[in-house]
Amino acid sequence: MKSAGFFKRGYVYLVLAFLYMPILTLIVFSFNASKSRAVWGGFTLDWYRALFQNSEILNALYVTLAVALLAAVTATFIGTLGAIGMFSMKNGPKSLLLAAANLSMLTPDIVIGISLMILFLFANLPLGFGTMLLAHVSFNVPYVLFSVLPRLKQMNGSAYEAALDLGATHWQAIRKIVLPEIMPGILTGFILAFTLSLDDFVISFFTTSEVQNLSILVYSMARRGIHPTINALSTLMFVAIVALLLLVNRKSSILER
Amino acid sequence: MKTKPFAAPYAVWMLLFTIVPIALVAAYSFTTADGALTLRNMANFLDPIYITVLLRSLGIALLCTLICLLVGYPAAYVLAQKDFDKKGVLVLLFVIPMWMNFLLRTYAWLTLLESNGLITSTVNRVIEFFGGQGNVRLLYNYGAVLMGMVYNYLPFMVLPLYTSLSRLDRRVVEAAEDLGANRSQVFLRVVFPLSVPGIFSGVTMVFMPAITTFVISRLLGGAQFKLFGDLIEQQFLFTGNWNFGSAMSLIMMVLLLLSMSIMNRYGDQEGGGIF
Repeated sequence: MKSAGFFKRGYVYLVLAFLYMPILTLIVFSFNASKSRAVWGGFTLDWYRALFQNSEILNALYVTLAVALLAAVTATFIGTLGAIGMFSMKNGPKSLLLAAANLSMLTPDIVIGISLMILFLFANLPLGFGTMLLAHVSFNVPYVLFSVLPRLKQMNGSAYEAALDLGATHWQAIRKIVLPEIMPGILTGFILAFTLSLDDFVISFFTTSEVQNLSILVYSMARRGIHPTINALSTLMFVAIVALLLLVNRKSSILER
Repeated sequence: MKTKPFAAPYAVWMLLFTIVPIALVAAYSFTTADGALTLRNMANFLDPIYITVLLRSLGIALLCTLICLLVGYPAAYVLAQKDFDKKGVLVLLFVIPMWMNFLLRTYAWLTLLESNGLITSTVNRVIEFFGGQGNVRLLYNYGAVLMGMVYNYLPFMVLPLYTSLSRLDRRVVEAAEDLGANRSQVFLRVVFPLSVPGIFSGVTMVFMPAITTFVISRLLGGAQFKLFGDLIEQQFLFTGNWNFGSAMSLIMMVLLLLSMSIMNRYGDQEGGGIF
């Protein structure tokens, strides 16, 4: 067999067509002058213009980016320190700490969301930006932890001890030996946390009230009915995620080389 | 290394924002609104109304997983063949939807299926062309929810299958061929059994979100079509019965952990995830 047959190739394209048809329709109709979802009424950028004049949408964009960035930075800090700390622990306490991370990753989003909502209301914290941020840090930390831990395992432990023998302080050895070694893991963890946070709907939905991120806004707009402005917003979000993905892909292939 | 104290912020954070909240859910499920211990919330769930919803959720999640497997396996199998050119791009095309916000994916289907949507109006025009009454409604029913789920979760089936099939040792296949096995024998007795770990991780990645979703059913199934996730959401945001809502959350968690441990028993960890 020289190349994959016509039917095999056709099948893969068919599945891809199924995956992309709805998105492409959405994108095409975001440029449609007619409000109809089935008839083409000419090209327009009106819906994009409306998008950038809508303060609700701009505010949601700001909330999404701010929460994602702050949550990713905080989670990277906590998760990385946690991984370094855990690395020098005995198996007993270590597996206890790992179990907490596993529990968090295995819990369905909806349960994480409502359990945090209960906690915040129980503690009399008003739901809003702050509680959403706390929630995002919480679901991000395990992902950072599991990105950094494998790097620590690969690290040559004697390098750290050699640094100490050569007169480096404990802190210097960590900063100059350990951190550079695990940096790729920290970066992966950060990017993963940032993306997960950008993408989250369910946990945010339960841990905020008036403050909305883009996902919550799309949800509440979609429930009120379809509007071309959401098409325009969706198109921009789609383009952003593809750009981010291609960037990460290129970056990692450059690092590998 | 003397770095144990470094883990302190992590330990405190996980205790406060993972362990304590789940403990609160557990505490609420076994108490009444006044704080007295009770099994009432669990017993309430045995009502036929809720059991029906639970079974509907299980049914649609299983059906969705099955369809994803049947559609996704051949695609992954073809992609994994090493003579497939432009493979890298095609695999990337399967990855992109996974990173796309799932609300957008669901919303995209909503725009196609609603009464003025492209699919609905096309179907109706075809029916009218043949002399029928073009007033078919495709949204707000079981089919729409199932379609939305398959659309959302299909890439999560294809990727693990692709990973496990492309890691498959070619020499084993060649050995089977040399020993006289025909193509279907090679597939049934060599390739398929070796891809079982991939199947298990694909099934896990589709089934788990499918059983907990409330967004897809809300947007594509309308107010009448309820799944397990909708019940939980409703108890917290509308009914305000935290005790019963917590009990249902606990039941959902136990259900998921059980099915997870069954999966892990049969499939091993080699399956390969998305990262």
